[in-house]
Amino acid sequence: MKIAIRNGRLIDSKHGLDHNADLFIADGKVAGIGQTPAGFSADRSIDAAGCIVCPGLIDLGARLNSIEAELAAAVAGGVTSVVVPPDLDPPLDEPELADRLVHRAADIGLARVLPLGALTIGLKGERLAELAGLAKAGCVAFSQANRQVVDTEALLRALEYAATFGFAVWLQPQDYWLSRNGIAHDGEVASRLGLAGIPVSAETVAIATFLQLARETGVHLHLTRLSSAAGMKQVERAQAEGQRVTCDVGIHHLHLTENDIGFFNSQARFDPPLRAQSDRSALAAAAAAGTAAICSDHTPVGADDKLLPFGEAKPGATGLEVLLPLTLKWARESQVGLADALARLTADPAAILGIDAGHLGVGAHADVCIFDPLADWRPTAETLVSKGKNTPFLGLELQGRVRLTLAKGRVVFDGERRGH
Amino acid sequence: MYNPQLNSNGELTHLLSIEGLPRDVIVHILDTAASFMEVSAREVKKVPLLRGKSVFNLFFENSTRTRTTFEIAAKRLSADVINLDIGRSSTAKGETLLDTIDNLCAMHANLFVVRHASSGAPYLIAEHLTRVNRDIHVVNAGDGRHAHPTQGLLDMYTIRHYKQDFSNLRVAIVGDILHSRVARSDIHALTTLGVPEVRAIGPQTLLPGHLDKLGVHVYHDMAQGLKDCDVVIMLRLQNERMTGALLPSAGEYFRHFGLTPEKLALAKPDAIVLHPGPMNRGVEIHSAVADGPHAVILPQVTFGIAVRMAVMSIVAGN
Repeated sequence: MKIAIRNGRLIDSKHGLDHNADLFIADGKVAGIGQTPAGFSADRSIDAAGCIVCPGLIDLGARLNSIEAELAAAVAGGVTSVVVPPDLDPPLDEPELADRLVHRAADIGLARVLPLGALTIGLKGERLAELAGLAKAGCVAFSQANRQVVDTEALLRALEYAATFGFAVWLQPQDYWLSRNGIAHDGEVASRLGLAGIPVSAETVAIATFLQLARETGVHLHLTRLSSAAGMKQVERAQAEGQRVTCDVGIHHLHLTENDIGFFNSQARFDPPLRAQSDRSALAAAAAAGTAAICSDHTPVGADDKLLPFGEAKPGATGLEVLLPLTLKWARESQVGLADALARLTADPAAILGIDAGHLGVGAHADVCIFDPLADWRPTAETLVSKGKNTPFLGLELQGRVRLTLAKGRVVFDGERRGH
Repeated sequence: MYNPQLNSNGELTHLLSIEGLPRDVIVHILDTAASFMEVSAREVKKVPLLRGKSVFNLFFENSTRTRTTFEIAAKRLSADVINLDIGRSSTAKGETLLDTIDNLCAMHANLFVVRHASSGAPYLIAEHLTRVNRDIHVVNAGDGRHAHPTQGLLDMYTIRHYKQDFSNLRVAIVGDILHSRVARSDIHALTTLGVPEVRAIGPQTLLPGHLDKLGVHVYHDMAQGLKDCDVVIMLRLQNERMTGALLPSAGEYFRHFGLTPEKLALAKPDAIVLHPGPMNRGVEIHSAVADGPHAVILPQVTFGIAVRMAVMSIVAGN
């Protein structure tokens, strides 16, 4: 199958491309840009006039409760590679489980699944999982999802063991003791509403520990879902000192704050919690500077688990399909150029993962996202493909919508066929 | 900001929190309560304002005392009262909070009085009733640490009764403010009614952050905090907070934050002492104060009936 994508504005942050050009795809790979490759004759020609043509997005964190539906949601959101945290049921702590997940995703054939293996058995923070075996089965790094290794010695050993094999470890910094009873940012809103607080120190204490242990062991540490200005400053300082540490932020944390809880709106319950305006600004600035990559932190939650008092409702929001429009919104508000903004969803996550993806170089897998940056739409129960309809943006107008997604040169999502 | 307690005409349709209530609405409730004080003194203690209406007491968390005061108030308004001690039984059977509400709606309730252990539960119920288009009113009888608006209103009634004017008062709230829904309701009521100085006194472990944003001055020392106060509101210290990481012991708490006659002497000579009950004598308050001339703790209970009558008649009356 040979595909020509014509008349689009091609943006490839890694190669510094941002101009109107045709993209040629053959045998699942990028065959050429601009000039028609010799002997190329398109089986299908796609008119991308008025659209951006960019590498398929790489999402550094999405929970796929129902893998088929959620992978369909991924490609509807332009995402062609999805990092899946290990907090599945059962947790991803055995090579066979990882193997099954990767193959199941390959059979479905939409987006590629990149699982994070459990760092410890059952994510209990006690015994090491078989990291090498898990890596062989396709795990790209190791993680505790949003759970903590309470025993600091066990954490040190886990980092040492991961470093032995050169595996990266992804940790969500949240001190267990300081966060276990909390349900909202320990700030003005929680004080007013009588919600148990999670202080910023829950994050900074954990980051300090993680950075220290990572420095000792030399492991590549990736910090997930940062939520505070103070935490981001720690990462910036460590990077400035030359430590190999990367981080990401959830897209909702670039837009929302504790104030969005309003009168106990459970759609604004997140883990880590939405924090103060100054935190949100710092995260947005860090993403603008390239310190942090951006991810969806996609967490589908059923209506029954959200229609509960705030503290009993499950945290998280559906994210795969709002990731791109909300990133565009952040870019407009933070005055970040389109190419730079898309880097946070393509080249930067690829670099964190150390994978050859997120660019459109000749010979690369043809994972492509074609979107109309000016198309307005509203996420609703009907328009969202994901089974998770839980979003604080439900019914609100967003700008930027995916028209077509290709994975390895195959059209895996076509907006023309959208029911709505 | 959208206020789910008020309807499109600005009238009180639910009482969920004192936060966001206009001053006029609070004053109207207090004035209405004053008119009901006379009813409670009558031979026949009834007015027909809620005749034919059903008030459901939904106590997801047990509180015999609060439930009883709502029951008395509803009966004095001639309502039919149904008490449901739901506790954990329904949720233990797997029924969600809103399932329970839907069931009770089908029994033609007019007003739900809700006590729940989770902050915000009455908001969830009120929003749900709007969504399913049920004309049922909600009165919050205490939700988690968030609010206990009728307690806040009866405290205001008590203060107004003894001090008449709010605009020249210094009020101290003492004790476990972090976990207290009463304290949050009192703070909003006092600041809305124009009290110029609201103080919070307690150890740092029992005070929430950002109290200054609510217009409250923080003290960690009783002698400084009580100085020249007109009103002292004592809070109950829950048993489970008395030992552990928050406080070393009830004894040490009493020595530093318990209200004794000596400490009360630092307040104004005509200061009044409130307590939402039930009291822990010898923990937060000395018996000589609880039973002394400054205490207005029993009048609070009497006023509480009239205030709850006022609230229910305003939200559910015609």
